[in-house]
Amino acid sequence: MSLTARVAPPRYLLGQALHAAVQALRAEWTKFRTVAGPSWLLAGAVALTVAVGAAAASAVRCQSAKCGIDPAMVSFTGIDPGQAVVAVAGVLAMGNEYSTGMIKLSLTAMPRRLTWLVAKAAVLTAPVLAASALAVAGAALAGRLILPGHGFTPAHGYASLTSATDVRAAAGAVLYLTLIALLSLGLAAAVRDSAAAIGLVLGVLYLFPIAAAVVSNPALDRHLDQIGPLPAGQDAQATIGVHSLLLTPWQGLGVVALWTAGALLLGALALKFRDA
Amino acid sequence: MTTETVTPHGSPLTPERDSFWYLVHAEWTKFRTVRGWVIAVLVTIAAITAFVFVASDVSSSCVGPGGPSACPAQPTGPGGVPVVDTFYFAHQPVTGNGTITAAVTSLTGQVEVGLAGNGAPQMAPGLEPWSKAGIIIKENTSQGSAYAAMMVTGSNGVRMQWDYVNDTPGPGKGAGEAGGVSASAPRWLRLVRDGGTITGYDSADGTHWALVGTTTLPGLTSTVQAGLFAAGSYYDSRFCTYDSNFCTRATGVFRHIGLSWPATGWTGTNVGGPNFGVPVPGTLRQSAGTITVASFGDISPAAGNAYGGNGQSLQRALAGTFFGLIPLIVVAAMFITAEYRRGLIRVSLTAAPRRGRLLAAKATVIGAVGFVAGLVAATLALAVGKPLLLRAGPLAWPVSLLTEARMVVGTGALLAVAAVLALAIGTIVRRSALAVTIVIVVIVLPYLLAFGPLSGSQPQGSGPGGGGGWPLQITPAAALSVQQAVPQFHQLLAVYPLSNGYYPLAPWAGLAVECAWAAAALALAFLLLRRRDA
Repeated sequence: MSLTARVAPPRYLLGQALHAAVQALRAEWTKFRTVAGPSWLLAGAVALTVAVGAAAASAVRCQSAKCGIDPAMVSFTGIDPGQAVVAVAGVLAMGNEYSTGMIKLSLTAMPRRLTWLVAKAAVLTAPVLAASALAVAGAALAGRLILPGHGFTPAHGYASLTSATDVRAAAGAVLYLTLIALLSLGLAAAVRDSAAAIGLVLGVLYLFPIAAAVVSNPALDRHLDQIGPLPAGQDAQATIGVHSLLLTPWQGLGVVALWTAGALLLGALALKFRDA
Repeated sequence: MTTETVTPHGSPLTPERDSFWYLVHAEWTKFRTVRGWVIAVLVTIAAITAFVFVASDVSSSCVGPGGPSACPAQPTGPGGVPVVDTFYFAHQPVTGNGTITAAVTSLTGQVEVGLAGNGAPQMAPGLEPWSKAGIIIKENTSQGSAYAAMMVTGSNGVRMQWDYVNDTPGPGKGAGEAGGVSASAPRWLRLVRDGGTITGYDSADGTHWALVGTTTLPGLTSTVQAGLFAAGSYYDSRFCTYDSNFCTRATGVFRHIGLSWPATGWTGTNVGGPNFGVPVPGTLRQSAGTITVASFGDISPAAGNAYGGNGQSLQRALAGTFFGLIPLIVVAAMFITAEYRRGLIRVSLTAAPRRGRLLAAKATVIGAVGFVAGLVAATLALAVGKPLLLRAGPLAWPVSLLTEARMVVGTGALLAVAAVLALAIGTIVRRSALAVTIVIVVIVLPYLLAFGPLSGSQPQGSGPGGGGGWPLQITPAAALSVQQAVPQFHQLLAVYPLSNGYYPLAPWAGLAVECAWAAAALALAFLLLRRRDA
């Protein structure tokens, strides 16, 4: 083994690694698209995000010019439940390998475990990105159709809903959902059990804002809203009062990305150093 | 091939092994021998208890003109209840027993409807439902002292109220007489003091009296102040620019005042002080046989957003419930989904062919585990949390032992029913990740949504019925109301917001909503379990 490694030209090694990566991507993509579950889950995430967003837009009223309600945050209310479904998709992408015992076969076929993990993450990213874009576009469209009838008019200071800020908020929402799917994948790889992983992911997502709501110490409250992925991600989706937010939109997304990177790192370490 | 009857080999099903409790015992063995599940339940208890230390960190949060400042002291009444006690009191001292009678010939008022150009409140004629004027016997003129009063209200008829939290309607409070007193149709009120007992009477003509209520004010001093009062009432309207105490001004006109003691002349006092943010202090006008009293303010419990102190609700000690719910939900769902994943369900159903009983046994075990975990966690959380919260000052509302017991047992029930719901959903969908997600989304997420636009976050009106809207009324999260430690009062039209610990449903009603979800899910799980192949 070591002999081959020494005599082989470096270019060949690189090519081999690249070849393995392409193989892994193709294999994982075949796995992903030939199972019905993920498609249903992503379709469900889109439907839930749009439906709840439309319901929130129908429920809200802006009575005066100073109502201070962020139309983007209203339209994107559906992301609160929608991200749970996206998280399930992320958790199952890895969790199903363990629950079905498929993991042994996968790792036999693809001994480069980290390459395999990267391929899995990449294969998850593409459809989740597409579904998130669909969900966010649908929610934004619903908001755009419903909100002007509920007091979100130019007279109350809501000009158009397609300014650069709105596009940035929508992009922030799409990236947020994608990062959540990858966070879920990483945690599932780390704990290797779907139920425990989804509990962990939803705990990380929902418990920070709930804790912030019940904590009365202002400093602690601020920190909880800064480090929690859900409130940080919401800072990336805001369109009004952006300057008074705790984090700038890209900082907010950065916090979520840190969580995702941490989870993927944990998953990679567990995968590399533990028996499957 | 010949067919022959084969007697299956195996031990016969003894009556003992056929019993339901045998099945429960088997399921309990399954549960307790999985180390991860036992650890998760311990995490549930630890999370609820440990969060107390975070939730009870209550540094002062009031902001004055020059930055953070001490919160204004919240006046308290008998029994330590926080009170609103700001009104105009025309009084004279009376020692020993006595009777005061008066006819209210007019109750009018002004309500704030907006802001004038110079920023001053713009007032228009009008009354709020609990604007009030009447007669009162009060221990002294300081805020929070014991009292009993008979009054005419804006649209709630004649009432007898005492010691801030008590309210009794007078007989025949028809819509016609609601606030609609006039010189030709006055309302006669009478208060009789006999030792510590005060009795209120009401009459349409000053001759035929009807008993409204009687009460004992413990430790009432011999000399008290008796007289006339008016209060606009605490009313939270969106027009209110000052403190909600001062949105409405009520004016009462009194005639035929009868005192059983030698009259000494009226002294006027703005209870709560003349400069307590009041736009115009209360006034007293006397003319031949007529006394007119006008004032903002209210005499009422300080619940909801009328509470101005920095005391905390005891419910805060149980804020970690969500943290405990998540591991419990995971375990409860896995209690059945793990059987499907490992194929153990086929063994279980072979051993217990009556599928409904298997489900019932599992529900019994997981429900009991959830109940005990909740009971232990809530007991620990209150034991640790109460002293921690008391460090910051008195609680926002004194909590009786009975309420504490309801909070503890209710938390146990909340967790038990959540566990059964997770088990049922797990049986229905047979996949752990999906089951866990569904249950967390219906139990934990609604609390988050309740702060958002879905619940109609703008307080549209005011009055009892706490905040949170439908997310906390129709989802299993409604059960959180069993932890509510602060009361609501029909006679106080404040806003009762979720952030102050008010839920939209009554404690047991909220728990019943969660039970209904669990029962429906269990019924569906039972049907599917019987119908489907395992």
